[in-house]
Amino acid sequence: MSQQETERPRQQDERLLDIAGLSKSYGTVRANRDISLHVRRGEIVALLGENGAGKSTLVKQIFGLAKPDEGTITIKGDASPVKDPRDAIRRGIGMVHQHFQLVPVMTVAENMILGHETTKGGRLDIDGARAMVRELSKKHGLAVDPDAEVEDLPVGTQQRVEILKALSRKVDLLILDEPTAVLTPQETDELLSVMKELAAAGTSIVFITHKLREVLAVSDRVYVLRQGAVVGEVATADTDARGLATMMVGRDVVLRVDKDEAKPAHEVLSIKDLVVLDDRHLRAVDGFSLDVRAGEIVGVAGVEGNGQRELVEAIAGMRPPQSGSIDLLGKDITKANPRDTHVAGIGHIPEDRERHGLVASYSLADNLVLNRFAEKPFCNGFVRDFDEVRQNAEALFTEFDIRAPGVQTPAGALSGGNKQKVVVAREMSFGPKLLMAAQPTRGVDVGSIEFIHRRIVAARDEGAAVLLVSAELDEVLSLADRIAVIHGGKVVAELPGKDADRTEIGRLMAGDQ
Amino acid sequence: MEWLQRNRISVGTTVVILVAAYVFYVVNDNVATSMFKGAWFFAVPLVLGALTGVVGERSGVVNIGIEGQMLVAAFTAFFTAAASGSLVVGVGVGMLAGIVMGAFLAFTTVKGLMDQIIAGVVINIVATGLTSFFYRPGQVLSANMPQWDIPVLSSIPLIGDVFFQTGPIALFALLAVPVVHLALFRTRWGLRTRSIGEYPSAADTAGINVIRMRLLNVTIGGIFAGAAGAFLSMEATAGFERGMTAGRGFLALAILIFGAWRPLRVFAAALFFGFTNALASQLQGVINIPQQFITLLPYLLTLVVLAVAAGRVRAPGAVGQPFVKGEGS
Repeated sequence: MSQQETERPRQQDERLLDIAGLSKSYGTVRANRDISLHVRRGEIVALLGENGAGKSTLVKQIFGLAKPDEGTITIKGDASPVKDPRDAIRRGIGMVHQHFQLVPVMTVAENMILGHETTKGGRLDIDGARAMVRELSKKHGLAVDPDAEVEDLPVGTQQRVEILKALSRKVDLLILDEPTAVLTPQETDELLSVMKELAAAGTSIVFITHKLREVLAVSDRVYVLRQGAVVGEVATADTDARGLATMMVGRDVVLRVDKDEAKPAHEVLSIKDLVVLDDRHLRAVDGFSLDVRAGEIVGVAGVEGNGQRELVEAIAGMRPPQSGSIDLLGKDITKANPRDTHVAGIGHIPEDRERHGLVASYSLADNLVLNRFAEKPFCNGFVRDFDEVRQNAEALFTEFDIRAPGVQTPAGALSGGNKQKVVVAREMSFGPKLLMAAQPTRGVDVGSIEFIHRRIVAARDEGAAVLLVSAELDEVLSLADRIAVIHGGKVVAELPGKDADRTEIGRLMAGDQ
Repeated sequence: MEWLQRNRISVGTTVVILVAAYVFYVVNDNVATSMFKGAWFFAVPLVLGALTGVVGERSGVVNIGIEGQMLVAAFTAFFTAAASGSLVVGVGVGMLAGIVMGAFLAFTTVKGLMDQIIAGVVINIVATGLTSFFYRPGQVLSANMPQWDIPVLSSIPLIGDVFFQTGPIALFALLAVPVVHLALFRTRWGLRTRSIGEYPSAADTAGINVIRMRLLNVTIGGIFAGAAGAFLSMEATAGFERGMTAGRGFLALAILIFGAWRPLRVFAAALFFGFTNALASQLQGVINIPQQFITLLPYLLTLVVLAVAAGRVRAPGAVGQPFVKGEGS
């Protein structure tokens, strides 16, 4: 690391980007809180934090895709607001988005010039574009065929096109929003070396990620974000995986939840040697085994992207496992579909409530019976009983403190916290044997967090087995009776929740044995 | 050479059809000429209507209101021409009517985020209602539309007779096809238009104003449907009838899909429809089938073509979806 430091030439202390006091709220959620940071020329700065920590919101503002509520963004000494992406591009900012901004049916060359076309007598200069692609790809060692259609290219190559597109606009600062999330390990390594070369040539890079290894491999400096605020800044040379993990999970006041000692009873969920593939067909869950008993909360702690999502989806029946078994109360549900798992008694609070938790255009009343609309008493034979649906909704509104104009309001109109309470209410109210909560308080306001935590404990006390999967270590620490640390798709340690040591867990989460 | 390679199917088909047409022409030049003239005559409003569709849908806005745009244009073109005594003013106002209807679709859907299908239906219903209500019988044009002989080109056998001894609006349609095609695939406007219809957020991050461009394209695109309307009431016949578009706007939509949202293919598809229609008329004298079945043919063909083509061609990626800045990604 230190060797690299000396090798890299750098104009000292020229601040390319300077952000002061930046704040941004979406509704009641404060996505960014008083963020200040700077980037020097030729420097690779990592923004590290869990999903929902506010990293994407921050860079969207730098690129002019969102307007700050407060604070200033100074680019090369110019503090005027970034009006839109065009303005950002003009001022030397380039961005590679998490979801590629490429037109799939167009060729690489066409995508490269989109928005900055040169014409010859009214005709698009596509030959010039081809030549530019060839020249740039040669210069930076990023091989792409200018005439290939983007949709035919593998993801890693599409990303290369995105990077070249940004470079073609003479960037001083390149923002990479979770660039490795979609890449294979080999592609990731390639990307990291490209980043180093770019920085050596004088381009500054802001690199968003939640993977510690990548931060340590390429960055010069790290800002750690948590719940919308910068909670730490450190030179990469002065830290290690353990230090970063500790910073990531934070030292905030632990939201203490009053709860009695758990009284674990019979075994409810039993997972053995589970292997689940992710969307890229890699073994995200790789030999995972865990038991959960009635009347206890088992927390799965881990840095995001270590197989938690795939694990939860496999248990919920949304993703078929490759091998291994999942038993619920002695019944094999390894091959069950989501409907079967609900009937078997699993309440599932999904990680992505917008996609898997709610139907935004349906009323709250309907959303509250999404898993039971065809069962008695909400349905008699073929006919739905709307009185029952409405009464159910009204009762749950009171019980779960859902704040909405009425039971017929579309779910999409609610704030994040209230949406989450709707999901929680639905999944808890049918008396599940196993409650599986994935990131149950993500993007939720503090009041709702507390409420949801209390309800989870109440579900335990009523005899349900609870599997809590959370990237917030605080949440796991305050709720779990037993903690399973997940790393690389398997349980690397199981510890009692009481008096668990934060540093110790941080070390285990980082894969440090 | 490369172009020939890539378009060998289109080029091959065109050559085969041309050869067949000329063989037919050599065998019986009178019948051949009148059939192909009839085919092009039938195809003109379809080509123009479909071009409105091409420009709109390539920008990401579905337009099922082409029928209504054409009807209102036919109405305003004819009655303006009759009242003013000027054919030029009539055609001009007809095109303007198409643009105004386009602007209605553009602003309700792009700015107002109204559902695009509903906005199209509204246009069709309003068009039928307005033109029926204000219709006054007994109006006539002071003169017929001129017939032009294009020098040199009109003396080409068959092709000259069909395409270059013609009225001004038919000629406009013939010129519009390559112009829109080149604009769409060879100019800056075209690249941007295709990008906002395929993946608007990519265009947005590249600094293109998606909303403004959609508004402009859908509005201006109405000029073709306007010309189609003027063709129906002034060039094809000299008179306006209630509901005279008779589903041609919807045929244009079918042709738009059959032509895979590409102007040249749209042109070929429209000619194919026109030829089928002309062939049917010819057959009337030969085999004894009721006339109603003959007039049914283009519509029946639409059904078949859509059933076959729908699964094979791909619509612009973002067609039908409103663009709201800052959503997604």
